[in-house]
Amino acid sequence: MTEFSSKGYLDMELLRFTTAGSVDDGKSTLIGRLLYDSKSIFEDQLEAVKRASIRRGNEHIDLALLTDGLRAEREQGITIDVAYRYFATPKRKFIIADTPGHIQYTRNMVTGASTANAAIILIDGRNGVTEQTCRHSYIASLLQIPHVIICINKMDLVGYSQERYEQIKEEFGIFARMLDIREITYVPISALYGDNVVDSSINMPWYNGGTLLQVLENIGIGNDHNLVDPRFPVQHVIRPLSDEYHDYRGYAGRVAGGVFFPGDKITVLPSMLTSKIKSIDVYEGTLDEAWAPMSVAFSLEDDIDISRGDMIVKEDNMPMVSQDIEIMMCWMNEKPMQLNGKYAVKHTTRDVRCIIKEISYKVNVNTLEKVYDDKQVSLNDIACVKIRTTKPLFFDPYNRNRRTGALIIIDEASNNTVGVGMVTDRPQA
Amino acid sequence: MKSKFSLTHLEELEYESIYVIREVAAQFERPVLLFSGGKDSIVMTHLAMKAFWPARLPFPLLHIDTGHNFEETLVYRDNLVKKLGATLIVGSVQESINNGRVVEEKGVNASRNILQTTTLLDTIEKYKFDAAMGGGRRDEEKARAKERFFSHRDEFGQWDPKNQRPELWNIFNGRKNPGEHFRVFPISNWTEMDVWQYILKENIELPSIYFTHQREVFNRDGVWLAKAPFMKLKDGEKYETRTVRCRTIGDISCTGLTLSAANSLEEIIGEIAATRVTERGGRADDMRSEAAMEDRKKEGYF
Repeated sequence: MTEFSSKGYLDMELLRFTTAGSVDDGKSTLIGRLLYDSKSIFEDQLEAVKRASIRRGNEHIDLALLTDGLRAEREQGITIDVAYRYFATPKRKFIIADTPGHIQYTRNMVTGASTANAAIILIDGRNGVTEQTCRHSYIASLLQIPHVIICINKMDLVGYSQERYEQIKEEFGIFARMLDIREITYVPISALYGDNVVDSSINMPWYNGGTLLQVLENIGIGNDHNLVDPRFPVQHVIRPLSDEYHDYRGYAGRVAGGVFFPGDKITVLPSMLTSKIKSIDVYEGTLDEAWAPMSVAFSLEDDIDISRGDMIVKEDNMPMVSQDIEIMMCWMNEKPMQLNGKYAVKHTTRDVRCIIKEISYKVNVNTLEKVYDDKQVSLNDIACVKIRTTKPLFFDPYNRNRRTGALIIIDEASNNTVGVGMVTDRPQA
Repeated sequence: MKSKFSLTHLEELEYESIYVIREVAAQFERPVLLFSGGKDSIVMTHLAMKAFWPARLPFPLLHIDTGHNFEETLVYRDNLVKKLGATLIVGSVQESINNGRVVEEKGVNASRNILQTTTLLDTIEKYKFDAAMGGGRRDEEKARAKERFFSHRDEFGQWDPKNQRPELWNIFNGRKNPGEHFRVFPISNWTEMDVWQYILKENIELPSIYFTHQREVFNRDGVWLAKAPFMKLKDGEKYETRTVRCRTIGDISCTGLTLSAANSLEEIIGEIAATRVTERGGRADDMRSEAAMEDRKKEGYF
C-alpha cells in the first residue's frame, strides 16, 4: 500500500486557487466542507475549534474558526488577511488563498489572486449576480486567473431549481463578456449540505457536470505559464571559486517565460550582448531544456558581464524595453498615491525608481465603469496609471506573461509595499 | 491530461523554495539559516545546497541550543556541517541564563522553549544578521497560515500580524531600515506530507530518532515525553520503556514522541497518511492557549 501511495504522491500536480467571499455567502462553510469531506482536518484542529465554539457560546461548530487564524479575526468574527490552506486528494495538492470578499479588502483579494491558477466565485442562488460578484470577477480577470469556477451556492434555498441555475448562468455569461477570462465553469452547490462539493448531489439529478472537487482536480494547468516567450531574469551569479570549479560562472534564476535549450542564441538586456547557452545546470547535472517556472542556472559560451537585474532572452524574441509604462495599479496603502510622487519599483529581479506621471482613470470595481473626474487613488482603488522609471524595464503585457508583466511599488520612507501594477497591453511609448 | 511542460507538485515547491533562498542571498547582506536539527531545517539546508551548487552556502547555519537536545541531533548537525563545508554558529540558551538575560522556568512543566526567543534575538543582534531563514510552514499552525515568505521584524524583533506587507506574485520586498531584520520562510507552502515525500524522493539522511527505537519515556496529559536528567516527574507519572519515534524534533522538554514501529521513510509516510492528529498536536508549547503561537511569534519566536 505504501509503495503505491508514495508513487502516486510523487506524480501529483499543484493547483493554487483563491476564494473570495463575505460573512454571509457561505465561503467559510464551503472551505470547511472541502477540508472536512476530503479528510484534511485533523482531530486536534477540530477539537480546538469545538472548544473555541463552546467558549464563544456558539450552538454549532463554527468552521470559520479554522480559517480565522489571528486573535483579532476570531474576536471580530471576520477574516482580515489572506490565509493559506492546504489539502490534497490522490490526484492533486491544493493551496487555497482564502481572502475576505468585502470591498475594503480588495487589496487582500488582489494578493490572493496574484498566484492563483483558479478562482472560486460564490453566487448566492437567491440573489444572483450582485456587485460583489462583479468585483470578484473583475479582480480575477484583472489578475489574469486562467480558470474561474462560478459556484451557485445555497441551491437548497431555491428548491434545487434548474431554472434558477440556468438563469444565473445566463446572467453571469452576459456580464462576463466584458471581462477577459479564459475559462468559466459553473457548479450548482449547497455548501451547507455538501451538494456537489465533494459528492454528487442527489437533489440535482438534472446537473451532469462534475462536483466542485472534481472540477478542481481536472482543470488543465499545464499551460498556465507562458511557454512561448523565453525570459530569464538573472537573480544571482554563482561563482564557486573552488579548485574544482575555478572558472565556473552560473547565472541563477527562475525561468519567467518560454522554454530554453542548450545552444540557444541569447541576448542579455540591457547590455544587448549576445552569446549561446552552453549548459543548463542544476544540482543533479545538466538539463536538455528548462521552462517556466523552473529554478536553474545557465552557463554561457562567452565570458560577458551579467549581473542581478539583467534579463536573458532569446535573440529572436525580445520583450518590450521602456522607461514609460502604462499599468493598471491597485493601491494597497492607507496613504493615497501621490501624482508626481517618487517610489521604488521591483520588477522581476530588477530594482529601479519611478515617478507617477499620469492618472488616466479609476475603475469602479462594482460596475466596471471608468471614472475620469476623481483622480484620488486611495487604499483599494484600481486605476490606470502611467509611470516613468529611472532605468528601462524589460517586460511583457501582463495578460501575456504574469511574471514579466507585474511590478510592485514601494514607499521609500517606510519601505512598505504600497501599490502593485500590471502592464497593460496597449502600445507602450 | 498532463502536458509535457507540467511539473509535479514537489518539483514546483522545490523550484519556488530555491527561488526564495536565492532571493535572500541576493537581497540581504548578512543572511543566516536557522538550523534546529529537525526535518524541516534539514530540508531547508538541502534546498540551499541545491540553490547555490557548485558553490558553498553563502550564509552560515545558526543553531539556537537550549541545552536540552537529543544527543542524536547534535551528532547529525556536526556531520552535516562538515559534509557541506558550512559555517555553524551556536547561540546558547544556557549562556543567556548564566548572563541573566532570561530566568529559567520553574515547576514540572518548565521548558526552555520560550527562552530561545531572547537567545535568538541576541544572536541576530550580535552578528548583525539581517535575514534569518527558518523552516516554518503555513500548515503547521493557524497563526502561521498568514505569515509572509518575507516577514518584516522591527528593531525589537517583533512581528505585527495586522500590519504585514502585501506580498504578490513572486516579488519579495526585503527593504528595511537599519536595525530591522527579516524572517524568511522558504518552505511556507509545504505540508508535513510534502516534507516527508521530498525526503524520500531526494533520499535525504535524517537523525536516527525519527525512526523507531526503544526509549525510556513517561506519559503526561496523554503525551509521551522522553526521560532526561532535567525532566521532573509529577505524582503518578513513571518511566517505562516504549517503542517510539519523533514526529517533530524540538527541545526535549516539549517534544512529544509517537508510539511507532516505523523503521523506514515509506513506513513513516504510511503512518502520516493514516494519522488524524497534526504534528504539533504533541507540542506542549502550542497548547498553552488558543493564540499561543501568535503571541510567541509577535515577540520574535521562530
